[in-house]
Formats: sequence, C-alpha cells, structure tokens
Amino acid sequence: MRFSFAILAGTDILISMAENLNCSYCNKPATVHLTQIVNNKIIKVDLCESCAQAKGVTDSEGYSLTDLLSKTNLSPEKGEPQITCPDCELSTADFRRTGRLGCASCYQNFVSLLKPVLEDMHAGTAHKGKIPYLALSRQTSMAKLNSLENALHRAISEEAYEDAARFRDEIQAYKEHVESEAVR
Amino acid sequence: MIESLLKADKAELTQSTKKGAPVVLSTRLRLARNLVDVPFPERANNSQRTDVMTRCADQIGELTQMKHGAFFDIAGLSDLERQVLVERHLISRELCESQSGSGVFINKDQTCSIMINEEDHLRIQFLKTGFSLRSVWKQINRFDSSLENGLDLAFSSEFGYLTACPTNLGTGLRASVMLHLPGLVISEHMDKVIRAVNQLGITVRGLFGEGSDATGHVFQISNQQTLGESEGEIMTRLGSVFKTIIDHEINARFKYIEKNRARLLDQIGRAFGALQNAHVINSNEAMNLLSFMRLAVDLEMLPEVNRSDVDRLFIECQPGHIQYAAGEGIEPDARDLCRADILREEFLRLPALDFDKVNKLV
Repeated sequence: MRFSFAILAGTDILISMAENLNCSYCNKPATVHLTQIVNNKIIKVDLCESCAQAKGVTDSEGYSLTDLLSKTNLSPEKGEPQITCPDCELSTADFRRTGRLGCASCYQNFVSLLKPVLEDMHAGTAHKGKIPYLALSRQTSMAKLNSLENALHRAISEEAYEDAARFRDEIQAYKEHVESEAVR
Repeated sequence: MIESLLKADKAELTQSTKKGAPVVLSTRLRLARNLVDVPFPERANNSQRTDVMTRCADQIGELTQMKHGAFFDIAGLSDLERQVLVERHLISRELCESQSGSGVFINKDQTCSIMINEEDHLRIQFLKTGFSLRSVWKQINRFDSSLENGLDLAFSSEFGYLTACPTNLGTGLRASVMLHLPGLVISEHMDKVIRAVNQLGITVRGLFGEGSDATGHVFQISNQQTLGESEGEIMTRLGSVFKTIIDHEINARFKYIEKNRARLLDQIGRAFGALQNAHVINSNEAMNLLSFMRLAVDLEMLPEVNRSDVDRLFIECQPGHIQYAAGEGIEPDARDLCRADILREEFLRLPALDFDKVNKLV
C-alpha cells in the first residue's frame, strides 16, 4: 500500500495513492511520500517503509519535515565540495543551512550542488521563460565599451597613436550605434 | 502614514467597481528580480541595501505606472501600519520583519506593489479582482520590461532570473488565484482537491488560517515550480486547474443544495442574523459568516451589488484593520466589539434574504 502524507502547515495530514518513486535514503521502493509547506515553500521527500519508521515519520504527532531535512539532506554530505563564493563569501554550510544563495555569482560557484536540488524542485533545469534583452544588450555594450576604452588607454600610454585613433573612432561609432538602437 | 491608502476611493480589493464573480476573488502575479552587482538582501550589508533601495526607488519613481503612487520606508511604519498593509496583500510578512533599507511602492489604485529588499531586491506584484491571468501578465510584463531601462538584472541564459531562493529561480513568477470554496469545504471534498492539485505542481493554501480548515473558505492556488517552464505554460496549467476546481465547487454546491437545502438555508439565515445582531465577533467567526454571505450573493439571495461589500469586509474585518480604525492600542476583546459594531451597521442596511431564489433552483 502506498501513502502520501501532505502536511500542511504542520497540522493537516492527508493520505493518498501516489506514483512509483524510490526512497530518498536507501533507494528501495518508496511507500511514504511527504509534502510539507514551510514558509510557503514546498518540500517533498519519498521514503520506504523501514526508513519512514526509522525516521519516526509514521508518528505524525509533532513531526516536522524541516527537522528531517535539516538533519540529513541539507546538512553537508561527506566528501561534498566545500565551496566559498568569492563575491559574497557564502559557504557550502551556509547554503545547506538556509537553502538560499547569497548573490548572482553563487549560481556559477555552487552549480554542482545546485543541479540535483533544482532537478527535484522544478519542472526542468533550463530556463524557458522571458529574457531581459534590453538589460542584457546594455550589459554586453558596456563590456564592449569598457574593453575598447581600456585598449585606448593602453595605446595612449604606449604612445601607439595610430592604434589610439582607431580605438577612439571605434568607440565613437559604437556609441552612435547603441544610441540609434535605443531610439529605435 | 498609510491613511491615504485606506481612504483611497478606488482601491482594487476593497472598492472595485468591476462586477465580481462567484467563486473567484482575485488574481495575483508576482515576479522576483535582483540587481546583478549586489549580494541578495539577506547577505547585503547596510550600505549595499541602501544603495539597492536608492537605485530601485529612482527607477520605479519615474515610471508612469507609479504616478500618484506612494512609497513607504518600512522602518518608518508602526507595527500596526505594517499589519494593515499585510492584510491588504500589499506587503509580505517577510518584508515586515526585514532590517533597515526595505520599502514598498504602492500605486494609486493598489493594483501594484513593489517591495524592495524583501527576500529578493525586487518583488513586483500586480493584482486584480476576478480571474484574469493574461491581462495581469500583460501589465506586469510591461512594467518589468520598463524596469530594464535603468536596472541591470541578475540573469543567466541557463537558469533565467537569479533569485535568493532556488525555489523562485527561472521565471521568478508566482501566479495565484484566490478562490472562495464553501461547497467543497462543507461537503468535505477539500482535502481530496488539495491532494489532486498538489500532484499537478499547484499549491493550495488557506488564505485566512492554515491548511484545509481555512476560515472564510478562502483558498489561494499557485504554481510551485518556476524553472523549466515558460510564463505562458505556468499560467496555462494554473488556469486549467482553476477551471477544474470551479467546476467541482459548483457541482458540490448543487449537490449540497439538493440534499441539504433546509440546512444550507438555515446556515445562511443564521449567519445573516448574527451579522445583523451580534455584539461580539472575533475575526475567524467574521470570516465564516461573511463566507455564507458571499454564497448568498452567488445564490441570488442577496443583490449582486452587495458582493463588493462582502469582499471589502473580508479585508476590513481583519484584526489590524479593526484596530487601525478604532485607534491604536485597543485590546483583542474590544476589537471583537468594534468588529461587531461595523458588521451590524453594514448588514442592517441590506435587504432581507430572498429564500425563494434557492427554492426555484431545485
């Protein structure tokens, strides 16, 4: 028999038929599926009968999925990479404790830890929605202008005036191009 | 400080002039956005948070949508004022508890609020009475795109919009519809519905109170997943679940009326009597009584014009609103007296319930 307990806000327990899944701990067929909403976030765990009993899940009184997760899934696994984000100093332990990231570059730095989390959490792991073309093209433009300006300064300091003139013209042309794009 | 909001004469949720509908209360979309070069609010220091606030406020203040809008620094609001804004769904509980450097923009008709330095740098929210995912999406999408003019947003081609919590990653979109489901609750089918839609990646939450015993029979359905699907796909899925739930709710109501007509009329009649005569009503009881009044409008026992009054009272009977209206510092017991006074005055103005309408139904 398969059960699914959905514990809503820690109070209501629901039992239902559920799809075939394997235990998150030992990979045996899971018979207990838990869903809990914690701080408006859905957390799901699948357990086989013996793991469910061992973790005390079948005792629904005062049981909390966050506790289960914080003691196991979210705590650092043995041998997992200890990463620290160079930009915001978030560590693997911080990420496991809070489930949150610290800054945009964390998504590159923690990608190996994130991928399995995202697979469980979402419909897919690749973005299929809106793209902020305007902001992205501005960021690309800024990067291009910066590199041209750096080249210009280098040329001037090296007294390579022909190169400098060429870079200056390129910068001018690029700025005009960006502005005409913006008007359009 | 928030006086002008409460006295506004065209607030979407409390003074909507649009014709309301049975079952559905409102549609709300939320986008999570972050600036590319500053740590997310929780890891940002005070000066970084202030920097985000200034940059966002400058940009948002210039947008036409925010003309005649208001900006509130959260640190400048009292606990009670914050609670009132939460009850009006204009800010979140998380924003209330945030450190310094958090704020919210609210537009004139209160259909749009933008929280700054909540869990993410920007939380953009648009809402509308009734069901209108597509038209609210058009508005919020346009607004979001116009923010791009001046703000460099954290975005990756692989993961989409980058957010503090990976649960919002990708589109950053949380689409939700608020539903009034007395039929499913009374007929004890709500748990089954919650289970079924959970498996479709849709969350159901009680709006007032928690779980499936939500007071007022008001629930919010929303998407769980934000990555791997486009905004359109997310809204299509939510929309189809929404339509199924409505069908089940209407069905449950008809079945209940067929089998328990006298009992239902009794419940509605007693609720009306209590609202017209009671002198002490706590907020849970008020929500449940008002739920029966919304049902009475659906069943044409009360005139359609009174639907917006009922919907307004759902919000104005919340503890913060009652306390705010009564002046600060009244005890919970006194609040229940004030609430009953307000409800008596409102409901004594209404015409008597038309019980014949239901008799003709079956």
